Amino acid sequence: MAKSLTQEFVKGLWDEVPPFRLVLGLCPTLAVTKAVENGIGMGVATTFVLVFSNILISSMRNVIPSKVRIASFIVIIATFVTIAELLMQAYTYPLFKKLGIFIPLIVVNCIILGRAEAFASKRGVFRSFLDGLGIGIGFTLSLVALAAVRELLGTGSLTFWVKPIQILGPSFKPFSFMVEAPGAFVALGLMLCIMNLAGRK
Amino acid sequence: MREMIKMVVVLTVLCLFSGGLLAAIKNKTKERIKLQLLEYVKGPAVRTIFEGASNDPIADRFDLKEGDIVRNFFVGVFEGKPRALAIETFGKGGYGGDVGLMVGIDTKEDKLIGVGVTTHSETPGMGARAETDPSFVTQFKNLSLKEPFKVTQDGGSINALSGATLTSRAVCAAATDASKIYQQLKPQLIEKLKEFEK
Repeated sequence: MAKSLTQEFVKGLWDEVPPFRLVLGLCPTLAVTKAVENGIGMGVATTFVLVFSNILISSMRNVIPSKVRIASFIVIIATFVTIAELLMQAYTYPLFKKLGIFIPLIVVNCIILGRAEAFASKRGVFRSFLDGLGIGIGFTLSLVALAAVRELLGTGSLTFWVKPIQILGPSFKPFSFMVEAPGAFVALGLMLCIMNLAGRK
Repeated sequence: MREMIKMVVVLTVLCLFSGGLLAAIKNKTKERIKLQLLEYVKGPAVRTIFEGASNDPIADRFDLKEGDIVRNFFVGVFEGKPRALAIETFGKGGYGGDVGLMVGIDTKEDKLIGVGVTTHSETPGMGARAETDPSFVTQFKNLSLKEPFKVTQDGGSINALSGATLTSRAVCAAATDASKIYQQLKPQLIEKLKEFEK
């Protein structure tokens, strides 16, 4: 029953990778994956919040009365989201501008509250840390993968940091549908389908 | 009853703690965020206006008090002399609210060096062209500060953006405002500029 520490970390990368396996946290997944850079930024911010809220919630799990646990979780999560927002504003302003409203919206990202309620409030601090880190990295990789597909097909280039890098030659005609909102749904659907085919037992 | 008290105490302590933490971090990052705003919001406009200046106009800036209002001025060095100033003003009456305008002024000849729109919420493709269409703002280049700036419909010399007269008026109002502030504060401003001579 009890998983080893490595398993707690690795499960977030494939078995329970949030947008594809749990199909959670789709709002930022669909909205910010226009460029790889945005995906990285969103993923790192979410991982930061996830790791620290998991640690704090699991270390306070015996103090928080169960009737007000959700309220307490939200206070903790909102605090870390605000910290992430201030730090991004201070150090990566252009990225902060691009992600816009989706940074404060990490508060209502159900991956984070889900991990707090289902995992961190019942397990030890170190396990919760590994769980948060694994899920966070899994989320980041999913965003990057989805963003890479969309950006490559939609613009023919990839933006890892600030400047786009041309990948497909000038003869490539950009399929701009992919970087628009409907393209996000189509790309996500196709990737879900591939993930399910690959993981079928 | 005991449980009630525990709930209240835990939540209160948690909120107090997070409030304190956030206040501390906000304090620590305040200066940096201000700099980033200068760099990325006002910076591009100031840099375009002061094209060819030999200094960094974002780094060379000063504040001046006018009554209760603190005004922010950027300094441009041309031909070795700090002779240009830029100030941001807000023109009332845009279609979507106030229009922020960075106004560059040549203090030697009392004329405009150029203007650039910084913040606005005008309609894309209509009023927003004030920011994106260079042919509109270049009309302000080298205009004398003696007269208030007006669009042609109001008897001035600025050709309004077609379909966006309100926005054009707001830009003119902002430029006029900047010129008034400059003329009012001119003696102090000239004093301040001397500090930037090297």
